[in-house]
Amino acid sequence: MNDMSMNVEAAAPVKPHIRISRVSKTFKGRKGDVHALSDIDLTIGRGEFVSVVGPSGCGKSTLLMLLSGLTPYSLGKIEVGEKLISSPNSDVGIVFQQDVLLEWRSALQNVLIQAEIRKAPLEAARERARELLKMVSLQDFENAYPKELSGGMRQRVSICRALLHKPPLLLMDEPFGALDAMTRDQLQLDLLRLCADNAMTVFFITHSISEAVFLSDRVVVMSPRPGRVERIIDIDLPRPRRLAMREDLKFTAYTRELTEIFKGLGVFREEV
Amino acid sequence: MATITEAAPPAHPLRLSLRVLGNISPAFWTLVLLVVLWELAVQINQVPVYILPAPSRVAAEIIDYWPRLMINAGVTVSEILIGFGCAIAVGVPLAVLVTYSRVAERAIYPLIVASQTIPKVAIAPLLMAWFGYGLTPKIVIVVLLSFFPIVINSVVGLKASSAEMLYLAQSMGATPWQTFWKFRLPQALPYIFAGLKLATVLAVIGAVVAEFIGADRGLGYVIVVAGSSFNIARQFAAIIVISAIGMVFFVIIELLERLVVPWKNTAVVASE
Ligand SMILES: Nc1ncnc2c1ncn2[C@@H]1O[C@H](COP(=O)(O)OP(=O)(O)OP(=O)(O)O)[C@@H](O)[C@H]1O
Ligand SMILES: [Mg+2]
Repeated sequence: MNDMSMNVEAAAPVKPHIRISRVSKTFKGRKGDVHALSDIDLTIGRGEFVSVVGPSGCGKSTLLMLLSGLTPYSLGKIEVGEKLISSPNSDVGIVFQQDVLLEWRSALQNVLIQAEIRKAPLEAARERARELLKMVSLQDFENAYPKELSGGMRQRVSICRALLHKPPLLLMDEPFGALDAMTRDQLQLDLLRLCADNAMTVFFITHSISEAVFLSDRVVVMSPRPGRVERIIDIDLPRPRRLAMREDLKFTAYTRELTEIFKGLGVFREEV
Repeated sequence: MATITEAAPPAHPLRLSLRVLGNISPAFWTLVLLVVLWELAVQINQVPVYILPAPSRVAAEIIDYWPRLMINAGVTVSEILIGFGCAIAVGVPLAVLVTYSRVAERAIYPLIVASQTIPKVAIAPLLMAWFGYGLTPKIVIVVLLSFFPIVINSVVGLKASSAEMLYLAQSMGATPWQTFWKFRLPQALPYIFAGLKLATVLAVIGAVVAEFIGADRGLGYVIVVAGSSFNIARQFAAIIVISAIGMVFFVIIELLERLVVPWKNTAVVASE
């Protein structure tokens, strides 16, 4: 008995990075309470890329905010690394749908704010910031102000900013939601390249089923009112991912499966 | 993929101000035309000088009376500058207080807004009774008139930081001090400058009106005395000097804005 349990532990492949156990979140509103999340259980391994899809209002952003510690949860337990999350967790990088660049700083300075606030050594940070900007093809735009950049370029700067301090966890809330399809493809590839270079766990929210399949190791499907984890699908596609894979049968099988799940949830209705 | 055109560095304040002057040149020629029409109308119709002096007559008066105009202008300018300085010194910290303190926002802010219905010119005689005829009541009136737009715009600006931006600051572990200096204040600067520009106009009005009501020096005083002796040309001379003061004051604030808020005026030069 004792021996066996030791064996099981030794066999565990990756230690979980994030452990969400029985977490609920209720917003107290003037018109009564909103049960945004109910009884969420989710374990994410270190270095895993997990996407969350679900209809609008099912609590995806709320879950991300709980993970960052910026919003307190009502019930349950969230552990990131060895730490119990109970206050803002500064060991993360966050990217929102809006790039939230500081208009008064150049692209490079926008990335460097991360180091300034953390009082990290600036010389080394500048070096790394340049490297990151280069990896997303922005080396010629270091000194450009945000208003001189296109939407896709701005979002790339904001991703570099989120990665400057080498966070073990990257949280992204529909980061490509405001971009056109072509820019979106480019940024997905950029993101995958950055992920390969910066071993980290990614928690990625999206509305796009194909984006979720393309990027992820696992896709979490959430259903609304109150937000629950409906299904978790393993995406068994080889890495590095290539855009052409989106035409593969295996890929389309995954997107079809996810679409069917949403149809089952009543998210899509096809009759007129 | 992307190119940057020649105007990339943030434009130099001087060059920008020259561009602004270039932009106003049509307006300048309109003004010249109006002055010429005025001159002709007065000459042709033989309008008596105690009704409407010709521009040439006003110009002569400015030259004749130059030393006394300048002495009085000095008085008015010092009232404006001291009052304006006090309005900033009171207005901006008050805006910070209102932004950061729920109590102050609810206990003070509504009163500030409501106080704007009081016609401040009407309480000027009261101020004379309290503070005498010296510099103090003029400064108080300048402050009363100019501080409102400064407070309102600063409050709006300090609250203009998006929720995401503040979350981001928190996730970097920013202290409240860092959040203020690195995020909130720079975000607020364009708003604060909009308030300052409005305030310059009101400060000039405040100083002159205060001098109308009770003074023994200053350009407002010159106008009152000249009026009592039907010296219309001298009144015009004083009005022109006051306008010039107002314009110079406004332009100085605008130049300062270009210096402090350069990102607001950089042209869009990059495209993807
Ligand atoms: N601060 C808040 N106060 C009250 N209710 C909130 C708050 N934030 C979110 N909610 C509610 O919680 C629920 C989940 O919101 P959330 O923003 O997490 O959804 P979402 O899945 O991210 O939606 P979307 O896909 O549209 O971004 C919604 O019903 C929303 O109204
Ligand atoms: Mg959301």
